[in-house]
Amino acid sequence: MKIKLIDIAHGRSGDKGDAANVGLIAYDDKGYEIISKYLTAERVKEHFKGICFGDVERYELPNIRALNFMLHNTLGGGGTVSLKHDAQGKTLAAALLRMELEVE
Amino acid sequence: MKNEIRIASGQGYWGDLPIAPFKQVTEGDIDYLVMDYLAEVTMSIMQKQKNKNPELGYARDLPEVLRDILPTCKEKNIKVITNGGGVNPHACALETLRHAKELGIEGLKIAVVYGDNIVDELDYLVSDDCKLNNMETGESIEIIRDKILSANVYLGAFPIVEALQKGADVVITGRTTDTGLTLAPMIYEFGWAKDNFDLMAVGTVAGHILECGAQASGGNLLADWESVEDMANIGFPIAIAKPNGEIIITKHESMGGKVSFETIAEQLVYEIGDPAEYITPDCVVDFTSIKLEDLGNNHVRVYDVKGKPDTEFYKVSCSYEDGWSAEGGLTYSWPKALTKAKAADKIIRKRFEMLGLNFEEIRTEYIGYDSCHGPLSKQLDEDDINEIRLHIAVRSHDKNSIVRFGREIVPLVLTGPPSVTGFAGGRARPSDVVAYWPALIPKKLITPQVEIMEL
Repeated sequence: MKIKLIDIAHGRSGDKGDAANVGLIAYDDKGYEIISKYLTAERVKEHFKGICFGDVERYELPNIRALNFMLHNTLGGGGTVSLKHDAQGKTLAAALLRMELEVE
Repeated sequence: MKNEIRIASGQGYWGDLPIAPFKQVTEGDIDYLVMDYLAEVTMSIMQKQKNKNPELGYARDLPEVLRDILPTCKEKNIKVITNGGGVNPHACALETLRHAKELGIEGLKIAVVYGDNIVDELDYLVSDDCKLNNMETGESIEIIRDKILSANVYLGAFPIVEALQKGADVVITGRTTDTGLTLAPMIYEFGWAKDNFDLMAVGTVAGHILECGAQASGGNLLADWESVEDMANIGFPIAIAKPNGEIIITKHESMGGKVSFETIAEQLVYEIGDPAEYITPDCVVDFTSIKLEDLGNNHVRVYDVKGKPDTEFYKVSCSYEDGWSAEGGLTYSWPKALTKAKAADKIIRKRFEMLGLNFEEIRTEYIGYDSCHGPLSKQLDEDDINEIRLHIAVRSHDKNSIVRFGREIVPLVLTGPPSVTGFAGGRARPSDVVAYWPALIPKKLITPQVEIMEL
């Protein structure tokens, strides 16, 4: 079965130097089961190919049904060094919600 | 001891909604108004202003904001805590006192917190025990030493607690952590012990929730943003704190916005790294311990927060000059808008080459096509797109190249592809590139100070 991430989760993203943090929050427990099972760091790195050029770190916050991803080497240098239109990665949480997951 | 205090967020950054502080003090009952003004880039801007004029170097609109709210604050006994003093909190306090005097306010005590600004002390601070190496790359500070614009230590809540104990009505600090502004009144009012790290963590989490203003009360909400009521009149968040360490986040009832599980959860994950190690000068918070309960009617309970001891270091943020950048753009319309924009990009890059301009980076983005989500963007029929904004940005240590870049954009209108507009802004101007140098400094080397100024 195919699930659109936008139907089961929301989130917020921002900058930490040249890394972007993307926090993803499931709307309910079932949604958290799915994202915590299928949304690996590798899957997220693959999704952000051409945007994220470094490692992806993944952290779990089951208390609020959330995952936090640190996308390194993503913001074109970060701060005022970055020439990117979205230099703070503000739209990257929405970009993650474009993902579709194949779940059992 | 009070059985609860109400701490309201008035600004989430320098440039936030101007009316918010006034609404927070007039639309309902609060005990404290906290206003965060500082981002990393802000300190370097302020330091430059102070270098030009020793009486500047703080958030210049802050004394005026205080002027608008001080009569109400005095009448309702609301204390104000802000880090808008930047690199010159003393001058900010003097200007505020001048306004207060004009208004005829009597018996006003302003506390100024110093000790964070170490830019003039680097010569004797940097030693074998305090290398100030870049905490991310490990590089030695010597490589940027002569380019440093500002250097500030992130102080915690305790200097503000001292200021409140000395009877301050307004506390103006330099680089204090955003979270410390909110934690401080809880420590002061409830007498929380410095080594009760669960309580330090509770106040810190409340501070993290309040530090970006309305981002915790319905602004920038990805979860069903269309359900947020009356965004034009959005209310900023308020933390109701209790002595036992329970926090309820809400907003004034008369204001718009939304406080729900989703709004608070989104703010909790904002700009965090490892959630189990959220490091501040006051404690290390475990964000995986935080529990939220949506009580309905724009009230969310935050409880069970766990903390660990603070570290032996303060974080230092240095900023240094790192060349110049400029950005400019043009708008191309149908037919073949994207093709035209891409051709224009090719043409201008060829001109840069022929002129021998020297850039470290040239970045082209097509706004309206894929500037936000890059390769993840939905494929559109390129020939049928209505319009595209061509956006080009460059960075260099050669200022002449940057200046020349600014002169090369607009000429594309008459020397490039057709049906192009959006050049009204004129030439792109060079801006300073300011880079950061995060480092750690042993706490024992830093002595925060509190000065009281009275009217």
